[in-house]
Amino acid sequence: MAYIESQVKLADGIYSMWIKFPETCSIRKAVPGQFISMYSKDGSRLLPRPISICETDAINNMLRVVYRIAGKGTEEFSHMAAGDGISVIAPLGNGFNINNKGKKALLIGGGIGIPPMLGLSAALKGDVTAVLGYRDGSLFLKEDFTPYAKVYIATEDGSAGVKGNVIDAVKHYGISADIIYACGPLPMLRGVKAFAQENGIEAQVSLEERMACGIGACLGCVCSSKEKDTHTNVNNKRICKDGPVFDAMEIEI
Amino acid sequence: MDLSVNFAGIKMKNPVTTASGTFGSGAEYGDFVDLNKLGAVTTKGVSSVPWQGNQTPRICETYGGMLNAIGLQNPGIDLFIERDLAFLKQYDTKIIVNVCGRTIEEYIEVVERLADTSVDMLEINISCPNVKAGGIAFGQNPELARQVADSIKQHARQPVIMKLSPNVTDIAEMARAVEAGGADAVSLVNTFTGMKIDINKRKFALANKTGGLSGPAIKPVALRMVYEAAHAVKIPVLGMGGISCAEDALEFIMAGATMVAVGTANFNNPAVTEEIIDGIKSFMEENGINSVKEITGCVS
Repeated sequence: MAYIESQVKLADGIYSMWIKFPETCSIRKAVPGQFISMYSKDGSRLLPRPISICETDAINNMLRVVYRIAGKGTEEFSHMAAGDGISVIAPLGNGFNINNKGKKALLIGGGIGIPPMLGLSAALKGDVTAVLGYRDGSLFLKEDFTPYAKVYIATEDGSAGVKGNVIDAVKHYGISADIIYACGPLPMLRGVKAFAQENGIEAQVSLEERMACGIGACLGCVCSSKEKDTHTNVNNKRICKDGPVFDAMEIEI
Repeated sequence: MDLSVNFAGIKMKNPVTTASGTFGSGAEYGDFVDLNKLGAVTTKGVSSVPWQGNQTPRICETYGGMLNAIGLQNPGIDLFIERDLAFLKQYDTKIIVNVCGRTIEEYIEVVERLADTSVDMLEINISCPNVKAGGIAFGQNPELARQVADSIKQHARQPVIMKLSPNVTDIAEMARAVEAGGADAVSLVNTFTGMKIDINKRKFALANKTGGLSGPAIKPVALRMVYEAAHAVKIPVLGMGGISCAEDALEFIMAGATMVAVGTANFNNPAVTEEIIDGIKSFMEENGINSVKEITGCVS
């Protein structure tokens, strides 16, 4: 059993939770882009909620998740407080490849895809730029990025930064990069992939899908891949086990 | 105290296995469960060639349950034997291989490939609601189900369990049909065909529109059907449907199931199979029960 160390509300429907793990379960090897399975206490909600890791605190064996209330399960989590126990499996999946040899990195996060970019920005060395896309002027986590990255903003309603999406902001500010890391809604990831292709830039994207087991057994969360997958030898990589981070050119989105 | 059971001639160290499709071939659960402790591992369905499965979303949660429409994605029998079976052979547990096919010939192809392997039992899937051909088409017609059982029995070296669908009018009739076809056992229930709609998107929650409902929500209905099947046939019954704790497992055993399978509960707690085995043991100790046989079908 893990315990909630603290929880705060960052914006409407957006919560930040630090979870402390017992020493028998070290999360110190967790890398940015991996996720955790969080279980509801309510027996009517059976399936774990896969939530991306925002950042880790290796000294205290804690990790932070920043999540949006998307249904009853995440709403239940939002009511939890310091000291409450929670069943979690962590870390899961494969994260971003951060050995980029000092390449100029562009991190693109959209909405609730922003949190994993924070841990990534801290882990990357060298020139790091983050472009964050929000619905409106409620710029959760923006300040957290400033020690690690140059930050640019896009908002759908134009209340901050560039009015439009993250690619609009990248173009507006003329941001160049050797490698792109992205997490966000599917239309955004399609835009990122197209931008990376047009400009010949390597890109790693983090996908999400409805999951049941979270550990690669049920085959609920597959995506179309160019290569044969290791499980079934068709072209269906498992987002929970083979991902959630993929080379953008390797998957069809 | 003896937890072991004799299931269609195969001695299992305890009456608990996994429900096909929820446990892969065990490898992914090895970090959470000591596979040596399970009575048997029942694998995900395997066909003669790799199957791609359905489009996503394949999964959605419902109240006390879930819908799935995976569509029997699997690596095919060659890779299954080379990798999955080789993995399972390392463990001291029985191996039940779930077999799927679109035609009787496809089932037989898989059954024949498994003939000379160390597989202990075959479970024939005539009840998957998520594939168009084969699967449930055989499982909703007693005469077709009998024919499948009969054809497979002519080629199988291992005892044959026919896995029945609950999406029928009379489960007893289906159980009798496969018994007449020579089946050595029946397992039930597979999932109930269901549906969910996302009212905000005005779309089906699953790409396949319908999926199979599983989890605690189906348990009372599954239990009733297991009871009816157990009273309709002489061959043993492998009972399943929403089992998520030892109490649930004991209900199925008392209703007449010689063995039980744990499925969707693995998603809620990947260590649940071991906990259920321990729970059955505790119940037997507390109640002075020496053998599982003493309580199998004790409620009638």
